[in-house]
This record gives sequence, structure tokens and C-alpha cells, in this order.
Amino acid sequence: MSGVNDFAFKMGTVNGTGSASANGLLMQAIFRMGIPVTGKNLFPSNIQGLPTWYEIRVSKDGYRARPSALDLVVALNPATYAKDVASVRPGGYLLYDSSWPLDPDLVREGITILGVPFGRMCVESFDGDRDRTLLRNIAYAGALAALLKIDTAIVETMLSEKFGKKPKLLDANHKAFALGFDYAAAHYDCPLPFHLEPMDKTGDCILIDGNAAAALGAVYAGATVGAWYPITPATALMEQFSAFCAKYRVDKATGLHKYAILQAEDELAAAGIVIGAGWAGARAFTNTSGPGISLMQEFIGLAYYTDIPAVFIDVQRCGPATGMPTRTQQADLLSLAYASHGDTKHLILFPADPRECFEMTVQAFDLAERFQTPVFVASDLDIGMNDWMVKRFDWDDSYRPDRGKVLDADALKKIERFSRYLDVDGDGIAARTLPGVGGKGAYFVRGSGHDKHGLYTEDAEAYQELVDRLRRKFEGAADHVPKPLISHQAGAEVALVTIGGCEAAVLEAADLLRAEGIHTDYMRIRGFPFNADVRTFLGRHEHTFVIEQNRDAQLRSLLQIELGVTRDTMIPILDYAGLPLTAGKVVSAVKAHLAEVPA
Amino acid sequence: MTSIAKPPVKHPTARTNGLGLTLRDYEGAMSTLCAGCGHDSVTAALVQAAWELELEPHRAAKMSGIGCSSKTTAYFMKQSHGFNSVHGRMPSVTTGAAAANKGLTYIGISGDGDSLSIGLGQLSHAIRRNVNMLYVIENNGVYGLTKGQFSASADVGSTSKKGEANEQAPIDPVLLALTLGGTFVARSFSGDKRQLVPILKAAIAHKGLALVDVISPCVSFNDHDGSTKSYAYTREHEIEAVQADFIPLKREITLPETGEEVRTVELHDGGRVRLRSTAADYDPTNRESAYAHVRACQARNEIATGLLFVDENGRDMHDHLKTVPTPLVDIPFEQLCPGKAALDALMPRYR
Repeated sequence: MSGVNDFAFKMGTVNGTGSASANGLLMQAIFRMGIPVTGKNLFPSNIQGLPTWYEIRVSKDGYRARPSALDLVVALNPATYAKDVASVRPGGYLLYDSSWPLDPDLVREGITILGVPFGRMCVESFDGDRDRTLLRNIAYAGALAALLKIDTAIVETMLSEKFGKKPKLLDANHKAFALGFDYAAAHYDCPLPFHLEPMDKTGDCILIDGNAAAALGAVYAGATVGAWYPITPATALMEQFSAFCAKYRVDKATGLHKYAILQAEDELAAAGIVIGAGWAGARAFTNTSGPGISLMQEFIGLAYYTDIPAVFIDVQRCGPATGMPTRTQQADLLSLAYASHGDTKHLILFPADPRECFEMTVQAFDLAERFQTPVFVASDLDIGMNDWMVKRFDWDDSYRPDRGKVLDADALKKIERFSRYLDVDGDGIAARTLPGVGGKGAYFVRGSGHDKHGLYTEDAEAYQELVDRLRRKFEGAADHVPKPLISHQAGAEVALVTIGGCEAAVLEAADLLRAEGIHTDYMRIRGFPFNADVRTFLGRHEHTFVIEQNRDAQLRSLLQIELGVTRDTMIPILDYAGLPLTAGKVVSAVKAHLAEVPA
Repeated sequence: MTSIAKPPVKHPTARTNGLGLTLRDYEGAMSTLCAGCGHDSVTAALVQAAWELELEPHRAAKMSGIGCSSKTTAYFMKQSHGFNSVHGRMPSVTTGAAAANKGLTYIGISGDGDSLSIGLGQLSHAIRRNVNMLYVIENNGVYGLTKGQFSASADVGSTSKKGEANEQAPIDPVLLALTLGGTFVARSFSGDKRQLVPILKAAIAHKGLALVDVISPCVSFNDHDGSTKSYAYTREHEIEAVQADFIPLKREITLPETGEEVRTVELHDGGRVRLRSTAADYDPTNRESAYAHVRACQARNEIATGLLFVDENGRDMHDHLKTVPTPLVDIPFEQLCPGKAALDALMPRYR
């Protein structure tokens, strides 16, 4: 890396100072130049005053993982100078605010240090502390535009789009941008060796985060009830659902809503509301994160045992306990797979990017109703809260929801007796009725022991029959959850198996390994229970690496428990410090193992 | 929840209501509660109330949590859908069901353990949201299914069957509901069907959450001399605020004038509650004086019963949610999904 349209840079700032909008502006401008780009917001669990970083990776080849090295670092937060300078690759550049004398922390052999007096220029040009602070960010965006050759016409258009109705703000932003741009252009040899040239590789793509995408999926799936309790990093999902509903689901004549969004008193109530609504026949969902899943466990078990559809979108963060709310992980896999006490197993979908968040959220509602059971969508902070470049979303207007086996009044007339949990078709799925249906459709939901008719029982055989049916139902779902994505390279002796957002780094790693003569087969698991293809793929290679973001190799455990694959045949590559995975980490782990155990 | 089906035998001369249904049609499974349990009297009152209201059984949903009280839902209206959820969390499940389908009548049955300990938060928020439902608390001051521990409604000084005295202050659901803005607050006694049936009828007809706290003695663990939730104690200490009659819209009956002060409260569905004050100055539409009355009775070791407060102008959950009149479950998918054209139009926003 490091060249035209192939480099990465990072801004180290202080949260609450307005840097997010400048960083977003830079990323979007690059995207509009037609160049594939990725942005990772590495932010603290705090509103104001703590260090925050934003990494932008430009990749003409379309790699979307977090960069393994940084060509340029913008150091604007004295508290992190030393750390930021250390993160510049040898031969790279550092841009700092030269309003103050060069801090000894910033001096490092082998890198080029560029100073622009952002603070002083903003103090001289603008009034008021707040404006000066905010506009300093636009000023560094301007300097970067000169250094990296960002199309200024695009930036001007974007500023006009944003501040078009506020001429004063628009002028100030233009001025701040020009301050940074002009200073850099006048004092440095612009552009730098690594810079941007317009391309045409983003035409059919959008930049969107997974939370917005999942929210849109819920709208398109026809979800009408959303219940939730605010939690990072899932909060924006329901806020986006609310915004989309306001756009698409308000009756124009009356202003009344064709949806209900309830901010519950806690996660327990949110789960209860979803289950009550699902039982009543609505497509209902909640969005939460690990601590919320913990609180919802009892209700998840109830829904499982009483065959009630419910969708849970888990935007995973670092645990256990409160953990690190603004850091990413994939550490809820086991707690989702077997959530609640007793013998339980749940369907899980694993999106890898926002586009899959959109599609899999729709699928989750279909699966929940078809199998009458809780379904989890296991997103994470990296997917949920970062903007990803993905192919624009499609919709097929012939789609109709899979409501599963629901008997209406007419259907009930044709049968002698309705038995809620009778497995007529042998697939473990019994027909249900919805409250309000007339005739003999009424039944009683009970979390206590019940037989196939829905009646209370503590009879040994009846209990076992019921839980065996639930297992049969679960196993049948393996053919309906999304299949794994599998690719082969000729002569591959190494297999890379991964899940969710790790894909971006693992696919890039596969290319890097191939360049070094290590050919790999690839599988990304997308659903639980595991599809037959998953079993077929495993165990066919000398070395199978399972790459995931948790400490305890939870995916590997699931593969072992559910498929009986021996642990020894799966070499874990684990990344659990809370930041998005890099290809470099995967490459070095694979190579280190192969060096230790020659093939 | 144990349940034994009752034989479907109907007496040929049994009276029918406007739907052609007899009282037996509103019954459920055979109760497995202890003989003499107050909860069974509440069940009987619910059967009577639903029959008199001519509720279509399949248009009602019976909701409960866990505990002796929560078994009640199995014992009436067998042709209604029922939901016996988890301990203390009936309110959220009902909230979700009501959000999805506002067209049904929701009858929630809970107990003092279910609602005032583990479920206190959910009860409070259901009141705050004003979910359109009847919320009955069968209140006996004791945990029956686990054999006699004090509940959060046990009065100070009340003793357990073993003689141990309770020292913690009780939580009074009626005061709680009045404080949280409850729009229908009543207390009754399972041994007083004359009072309870009209209250239940008015509560079902009320738009919003109607809380009915029913002192319902536990014959096995809390019906002894040291208990303040026994049959004897409740009979001796009951102070009725108002005598209530419920008159449904369709069959309006005018009570004969008795010369006493009678107030009529118009309910949302057109029905009316007629209230005859037993205390001349009692005003069931004034939250503050209702609260003062309950507190004053408490100070005298008396139990305030009757319809204590009603506000028919309160906004219920669906008013707050601004939902369309059609239940959400009945809206066709075509009206819910924005479709391909809208998605195509949305995509440029993310460029």
C-alpha cells in the first residue's frame, strides 16, 4: 500500500469538539470522487473531553478493513501526541497544529512533520470560542484536501448541501476550509506522494452504517412494533426506525402512525413487549447489546418454549459487564446461541456489513414467523456504527412476508380440533392462531409444562415430546438460514473460516497470503444452526483457521458442540481488544502458525 | 398451571345474555386453588361481569404472570386466548399485545407478589403508559405457592401463620396508582361480589388502565387472627367510598331515585358508572381527595374500598403513540412496505 488511491490516514482529536462532521466530510468527499473508502470511528464512552480517533482508508482495490498501517496522522489532541506519532508508518507523515511550539513528543526520526497553525488562524478569523473550536476541524480538512488532493468542488457542494439554508455558517465553513487549504498549498509540496485521483468505482455503492440499514430492513419487512431501551451501540437503530417510519408510515390525511415504538423502562420490558406483540400477530423487534441480552434471557426462554416469533438485533460491544460500550467485539455468540436456562437453541444471522444488515433483518422476521421462535441478528459496533461502502440496496416488490403457519377462522372451520403444539407436518412447526380469532382457535400460552394441545402437564412423555419437537424445529432451520459464503483457490491447503464483519480483513488477508504463495479456501458462516455446507467445508484442509473477535473462540466452540468437529483441527485466530480487525493481524497469525507447524 | 376441564353440561333453563351465552360459557377450567381461596371468588365475579357485559369471549385476551393469582386466567372465559407469562412481567407482554392489536379487551390478573415486588416496575410503567386494560391485583399479603412468606403488601404488625410479625412498611397499589396518574383506581374485597362485579364491569369499559386491587384472603397461609388480609379483618375494617353500579350503553337502566346523592360518570364506550357516595363529601373524580381518603382510612387501620378515582379524559397508550384506528395487525403489508420505488429514491441520500 501507500500510493495513489491506496493509503490510510487518521485524525486524533478530542470528542465533543465537532471533529466528527469534518471527518465525515472528508470520507464522503473521497467517496464522491469515485474512490473506495472506509471510515472507522474509534471513540470513547464519553460525551466530551476524551481522546477520539477517526481512521480513513482509501483503497483503489476496494478493501474495506481497518488499515494495518497509517501513512498520515493528524495530531490535534496533545493528550495523545506520543501515541499518535508512534502510529505513523516509517516514512509517513504527521500533521499537527503549529499554533504552539513543536512538542517534543511529536519529534520522531524517519517521518515528515508538517505544521499548520490551525488554532491561530481560526482565532484570527472567527469570533467566539465555540466557532473557533468547531471551525478548526474544517481547517484541518482543508489542509488535508490540499495535501491529499481532495476535489474542492465536491467539498463546496457538500458544504452547500449541509449549510445551504444558513448563509453565515456556510461562509464560515468555506473560509475555514480555505484557510487550511491555502496554508498547506503555500508551505508544502502538495500533493503528497500518496494522494487521490478521481475514479469510477463507487457508482453503484452507498455509504451507510449497519444500524440505519437494519432499521430500514425492519421497515421493509413490515415490522410494526419496536420496543427498546437505549444502549450503546444499538441506540441509533431504533432512532433510525423511528425516522423511517415517520417518512413512510404516517397516514397523510390524519397524521396517525401505522407503527408503535415503545421506549421501555428496561430491557426486560422491551423483550416482553416484543413477545406480547409477536404473540398478537405483529412483526415486532428490539435492538440491544450484550448487557441487554443478559437482561432479556428469561423472556427469550419463554418465547422459545412457547413458540412465539420475536426478532432481537444484537449490536455487540465489548463485554463482560459494562465492558467497553464503544468498542467492538463478537463475544455474544454463545450467549445468543443458548440464551436462557434449560435446553434452548436459537436461530442467529450474522451480517458482515450494512447491506447484509438490511437483508438479514428482513430474513430474520420471515424466519421468526416461519419457525415461531426468537431470531437474533448478531451485528456489532463496527458494522452498526461505522459507515461502510456497500452496493446500493435492492428491493423486489413481489416480496411478501412469510407469516408461517397461521390458522384463520376459515381454516379453523375445516379442522375438528385445534391443538396449538401438534406437529402435523413432521417439521416440528405447529400451526398457531392469533388472539381474536373466533371458533375453536383460543389457546393458552404457558411457560410451564404443556402438551401438544397446549394444556398444562407434568407428564414425562409429553414434556419430552415437546422439547424434542423444538429441537426438530431448530434443526430444520439449518436449511433456511443463510448459507455460508465459500470460495476456493486451486491447491489450497489452508482454510480461513470467519464470521460477520471480520470478513473485510480476512478476504484482504487471503489476497496478501496468496501473494506470498499461501493459497487459501474461505468460508464465512452466516447462520445458526449451521448449514450442511458448513460441515462439508470443515476438516478438508491441513490447517483450518477460525478467525473471530472474542477471547474464548466462541465460534470454534459452537462448531465443536454442534457439528462434533474436533477442536484440534481448528486453529483459532482471536482478536478481542475492541478495535476492528486488520488484515495484517490475520496474515501474521497464519504465517506464525505455519512456521511453527510445517505443512 | 394445573387445569382440569369442566364437563360441558348446560342446564336447559340457564339464562343467556344478548349473545346467547350462559354464565357457564364464561367459565374456564376447574380451579386447583385451595378450597375457599379468595381468588376463586374473584374468578366468579369476572365470569359474572364478562357475562353481563356480553363480552365476546374470543375478542378478549387474558394475561397473567406467575403465582396463585396468575392461575386465575385459566379459570374463566375458556374461549379467550390466554397468556401466562413470567413472574412480574405480565404488564409488558400485555403492553406489546395491546400495541399490536388494540381491538381486543385485555384482562390482566396479577397478585401482590407478582405486581408489588418483582413486577413493581412493570406495573408502574403500565399505569404511566395508561395501557388500555383491566389490571386486577388479587392481594392477599402473602406468597401462597411458596408457603407463606410475607409479600410487599403485608401490613406492619401483620403476622405470618407461624406468628412472626412483619416489620416492613407495605406498598399500597391504590396509592401507587393514584400517585402515578392512574385513570381508574378501585379497591374491593373478594367476599363482596355486590361491590366487585360492577367495579370490574366499569373497569373493563374504561379506556386506559383500570387498576382494581382486590383483597383476596389466602385461606391456607393468611386467614388467621394476626392477619390484616383475612376474611374477618377485611369484613370488619372495610370502608366503602362509593357504591357503584355500571350501566352499559346498550341497556341503559335508570335507578330509582332514592334521595341520596348519585353521580354518573360517562365512560369512553358510552357506558356509565353510577356512584352513590356513602360519605357525603366523597368525590371520586378528585385525585387529591381520593388519595387523602385512602391515607386517612389507613391511619385508622381501615381499608378504603369502592371506586376510588376515575378520570375518563385521560389519554391512553395509543393516544400517546398516535396510532391509526385500525389495529396494527390488520394493516395490509402493502401499506407497511414502502416498496422498490421508495428505496431507489432513498439511496441517493447515502451518496
